[in-house]
Amino acid sequence: MKVLVTVKEVAEVEEDFELDGLRVADQYLDYDLNEWDEYAVEEAVQIAEESDDDVEVVAVTIGPERSEETIRMALAKGVDRAVRVWDDALDGVDLLDVGAKTRLLSAVVEEEDPDLVLTGVQANDDSFGATGVSLASAIDFEWAAVVNALDLDADGGVANVRRELEGGVEELTEVDLPAVLTIQTGINEPRYASLRGIRQAQSKEIKPLALSDLGLDAAAVESDLVLTDVYEPETESDATYFEGDAGEQAADLATVLREKGVGAQ
Amino acid sequence: MSDVLAVVEHRRGSPRDVSFELVTAGADLVGDTGGDLHLAVIGGDVDAFAEALSLAGVDAIHTVAEGDEFNHDVYVQAVEALSEELDPTYVLMGNTVNGLDYAPAVAERLDLPLVTDAIGLQNDGGLVVTREMYASKVESTVEVDADRAAVTVRPGEWDAAEEPGEPAVEAFSFDLDESRVRSRVTGFEEVGSGDVDITDADVLVSVGRGIEEQENIELVQELADALGATLSSSRPIVDNGWLPKDRQVGQSGKVVTPKFYIAIGISGAVQHVAGMKGAENIVAINTDPDAPIFDIADYGIVGDLFEVVPELIEQFE
Ligand SMILES: Cc1cc2nc3c(=O)[nH]c(=O)nc-3n(C[C@H](O)[C@H](O)[C@H](O)COP(=O)(O)OP(=O)(O)OC[C@H]3O[C@@H](n4cnc5c(N)ncnc54)[C@H](O)[C@@H]3O)c2cc1C
Repeated sequence: MKVLVTVKEVAEVEEDFELDGLRVADQYLDYDLNEWDEYAVEEAVQIAEESDDDVEVVAVTIGPERSEETIRMALAKGVDRAVRVWDDALDGVDLLDVGAKTRLLSAVVEEEDPDLVLTGVQANDDSFGATGVSLASAIDFEWAAVVNALDLDADGGVANVRRELEGGVEELTEVDLPAVLTIQTGINEPRYASLRGIRQAQSKEIKPLALSDLGLDAAAVESDLVLTDVYEPETESDATYFEGDAGEQAADLATVLREKGVGAQ
Repeated sequence: MSDVLAVVEHRRGSPRDVSFELVTAGADLVGDTGGDLHLAVIGGDVDAFAEALSLAGVDAIHTVAEGDEFNHDVYVQAVEALSEELDPTYVLMGNTVNGLDYAPAVAERLDLPLVTDAIGLQNDGGLVVTREMYASKVESTVEVDADRAAVTVRPGEWDAAEEPGEPAVEAFSFDLDESRVRSRVTGFEEVGSGDVDITDADVLVSVGRGIEEQENIELVQELADALGATLSSSRPIVDNGWLPKDRQVGQSGKVVTPKFYIAIGISGAVQHVAGMKGAENIVAINTDPDAPIFDIADYGIVGDLFEVVPELIEQFE
């Protein structure tokens, strides 16, 4: 069996930052593996560890060479190998829309022929939250979004999942395989990479694939969405702020709390 | 002329709030283009839902009596069939957990560009969508470079439509391809409450990722004790296993309405705010003056929780 996990290196914006055109200026960005993908990776590795059969776990990312460092962390946690899609045609794209991501990942699925695809619910940078389900539709897999428990019955050809709905309600669903599942945080406890894992990851393969390697051309990454403006939202705050040092701030807040009957002995 | 098809969402017998917000967003999009606003009601008690959604601004409601609860395979096929019949310019859906489970497939099947989690929509000759990026740190506008699009709208951003109207209600039937229904909902489960019910508390001290380490939870517990308050948290604290699930506030946790909600090291993500915006008084303690939590706070302290919280505890000892 083969499990494909989509992973993405995302940028987190520092507390104080400046914009540079349609981007946050580079020096204010910290790159890391997308939070949701950490859980998808862990789930895939656990499936491999718990199965009696041979299970290969392959990570796929769309990202420039810089992202290899981040992807290697997934390899250190037990992913067997990785595929990295990138192309000069992607360099100037401000916003890769869901359709374009779907075209790229579909081509990788065709190549890898996985039985199960795990993605994160969303990526923390552009937060579309749509790639997994869109991909499922394109490759004609069944799917489930926002999965917070997974019990795989590979022989029976189904995945029994829980989908985390709003308001503390969970939906129990039976999903036919092959399937794409979008994984929610909290489904497991992502491990830390061991020293041995980190060492082994150095020799694991991260295969670069250009559009032509996937039988695609520049049209595949043409986005129907054009990013036209990026700005800091104006604060809507009408809060009363307590100023001064921590002691003064705490004293002022305490006064308000007491006035309103909180903590008054 | 822009025709809009908006898809109603319901759960366990009732239309969800987002359905009424979709009517407002849809009517705005149709605007004065002379187009029509269509609603799709799929599954469940479709006649009752259609009646509840017979609102001003809605031109037609199409009911699809297929199943009781949401099934994405049925939804995708129904919306696809309806779109073929109605040829809408825009398909509008809710950016909810179920919305995320079928909207991307609808867009993919119909070959429509997809914009999710819209917080603003503008339609003058083309669609311009406002949405957030980088955990709400920046906002962006996205222009759709196509004649048609599928859009999901963030719950709570548009007012719920209330004014009654008289749309035509029509049953719509199509040939469901059963071989493409490959998932089955077998039940629902409510996440139980443990010994503490945070929805009952008058005062909540709520802790977020700013607390950094599990052992630091003690600090906020101490504050809660000093105030006679109950301890709750944002999601990552529960995901990390530092507090039990029944302490989580937010979209997928509990909705709380205490007299005081003291958010400590919580950024104020939309899914968190969904669970606590109804609190009478909101206090935010955060190092980042631009953290979205301050937008809804009544009292703010821009500062380091590791300095402020110990001082606060001292005030009440
Ligand atoms: C489908 C779905 C459902 C979700 N449901 C929920 C839900 O029910 N509840 C929920 O909470 N989230 C939910 N989330 C997650 C949500 O998107 C956010 O990721 C989460 O709320 C962030 O939690 P946080 O504010 O604690 O962490 P962060 O966003 O990381 O914020 C930490 C904050 O702490 C501040 N900070 C850091 N150090 C200090 C310090 N020393 N002193 C003071 N402040 C400090 C930082 O400035 C920052 O603002 C959901 C997400 C999805 C996709």
